[in-house]
Amino acid sequence: MQPFSQHTGVAVPLPRDNVDTDAIMPKQFMKAIARTGFGPYVFDEWRFKDPGYYGKPADERVPNPDFPLNFPRYSRASILVTGRNFGCGSSREHAPWALQQAGFHAIIAKSFGDIFVNNCYKIGLLPIALADADVASLLSAIDDLPGYHLTVDLANQTVTSPSGAQWHFDIDAVQKTRLLTGSDEVATTLLHSDEIAKFEAQHLANHPWI
Amino acid sequence: MGRTLYDKIFDAHLVRSEPDGTSLLYIDRHLINEVTSPQAFESLRIEHRVLWRPKSSLAVADHNVPTTDRAADIADVVSKVQVETLAENCESTSVQHFGMTHAKQGIVHVVAPEIGATLPGMTIVCGDSHTSTHGALGALAFGIGTSEIEHVLATQTLVTRRSKSMRVNLTGQLPVGCSAKDVALYFISIIGTAGATGYAIEFAGPVVTSFTMEERMTLCNMSIEAGARAGLIAVDQVTHDYCRDREFSPKGEMWVLACSEWRSLQSDADAVFDKEVSVDVSALSPRVTWGTSPEMVVGIGDVIPDPNEVDDESRRGGYVRALEYMGLEPGTRMADISLDKVFIGSCTNGRIEDLREAASVVLRTGGHVAKNVALALVVPGSTQVRLQAEQEGLDQVFRDAGFEWREAGCSMCLGMNADRLEPGERVASTSNRNFEGRQGAGGRSHLVSPAMAAAAAIAGHFIDVRQLEAWQEA
Repeated sequence: MQPFSQHTGVAVPLPRDNVDTDAIMPKQFMKAIARTGFGPYVFDEWRFKDPGYYGKPADERVPNPDFPLNFPRYSRASILVTGRNFGCGSSREHAPWALQQAGFHAIIAKSFGDIFVNNCYKIGLLPIALADADVASLLSAIDDLPGYHLTVDLANQTVTSPSGAQWHFDIDAVQKTRLLTGSDEVATTLLHSDEIAKFEAQHLANHPWI
Repeated sequence: MGRTLYDKIFDAHLVRSEPDGTSLLYIDRHLINEVTSPQAFESLRIEHRVLWRPKSSLAVADHNVPTTDRAADIADVVSKVQVETLAENCESTSVQHFGMTHAKQGIVHVVAPEIGATLPGMTIVCGDSHTSTHGALGALAFGIGTSEIEHVLATQTLVTRRSKSMRVNLTGQLPVGCSAKDVALYFISIIGTAGATGYAIEFAGPVVTSFTMEERMTLCNMSIEAGARAGLIAVDQVTHDYCRDREFSPKGEMWVLACSEWRSLQSDADAVFDKEVSVDVSALSPRVTWGTSPEMVVGIGDVIPDPNEVDDESRRGGYVRALEYMGLEPGTRMADISLDKVFIGSCTNGRIEDLREAASVVLRTGGHVAKNVALALVVPGSTQVRLQAEQEGLDQVFRDAGFEWREAGCSMCLGMNADRLEPGERVASTSNRNFEGRQGAGGRSHLVSPAMAAAAAIAGHFIDVRQLEAWQEA
């Protein structure tokens, strides 16, 4: 996992609640066995008017001009600002993969789906939950100012606007450290192999039917 | 202070606690499907890591498999590669695998309990959010992403934090014609799709204890639709009776030992929950979803709600968008909504009791699938469910009435195989998600119980299954 410390980028608004992982990454793309190549299809059924499939060439696509991600002013967006319960539904890690591979570094939302937020941490995509009113003011500020960009600083847990306005966000201390260092969780856990093996031996002896 | 059921299972699997509050949790059972696992196996290969305990894993091909003739193999090349990749990954790592033509193949959440791979007190994970289903047996079961699949394969553990606890007391007498599905949809409509985010739910109360194991699975299955990763139900006699004599269940002396251990799998009388919710189901009528979120639910006798009556602006926007997508107008009676397709199946409602219920409705109407319903699909949750249903003659009931009787799999619940909605098509579905495009790009989904889906197939529109007799006379 790539470490995350700070990121500055254009913010794109998606003022909706309950954006589910089926919408972020529709099922037809999950037939792929690769971990990459999902970026071009993020929000596929909202971004395009033609039916998409994994590997469909970009020049065959018919973009939906009404979807914010297709507005020229957001073409280089790397921070998504959205509503409540973003990423609810399916556990597919393909959803955060697609967002990350489409160039997003951080998602700012009123709240997140539980499995989704967990998956984001695992791959180094920063989920930031802000108060409803703060997200609302961010959404209108983005609307008002083309090129509106934000700076996300993980170490200081802040989001800063071009005018210097600043919001503090909370994050699980453990996830923060992992994101900052980009550490490999499997390798870290395997440092405790002996302890796992010892626990397992006792556990299976006590529960031989497992 | 007493402990909750969740705490008891969590504590029994705690390998180590870190000062930072995280826990290393031992995983007893790892269920695997073809969709979310290939990238995890690939990462293991790249990192030269081996599986910690291959015996703990059980893999089933379910999402991509065709429900029509399987001798003809999978026509979709990309799906075929994914299903074959699962087989290869399991072969090379010695993981037990039920491929497409295996006698025990089916939806992993239907298969694992029916073969006794799901047992009380276990920790169970799977790269699928409906893993919450297994909580019905008093197991701590939840969905994980692909990175966590890799972590479990390599370490047999997960790094996690304890969830908050919520007890949902279901009280009252469930009216005739209502099912566990109606209770689940009703609960979600009350609490909202984010209402239980961060919590593990324990379903309790007289409604739950009177439920069969299959009804309990339907209820726990949809915990995730309320935002909860896990749904749990205390172990009782129903649990013991269900687990007895299944293939993977303990036998003989070990069964006695297991049973005595499982008796403690309930929350202590003085356990304190972070949140308590009580829902009285006495006045419930069959539920139908009208929108694009499982919280958008009304009764069959109701009308489509008016967004203008919703105070919260962002919620109102959601209503407007949902109605536009669904092609529906406020004030429309649910019973006036006609259907293009009907889907009976999924890990929510694809078990034998669900099929019996649907077949019994079909029989009672004595009717045939309505002309406007282009396709009425019955997809058993597993091959064993299919064979059982065929033995009982349910397949013939469905076929005679114009339904299609298929092979087991996830099928139209998410449409990764050929079973899906075309743009604009409207379905009455016994599955779990009515998200935009879930059952096919542009498709319009209404979630209902198996009885309501069967009745809708015959009527061609939604109809109150409780009024079946009156309907026949009319």
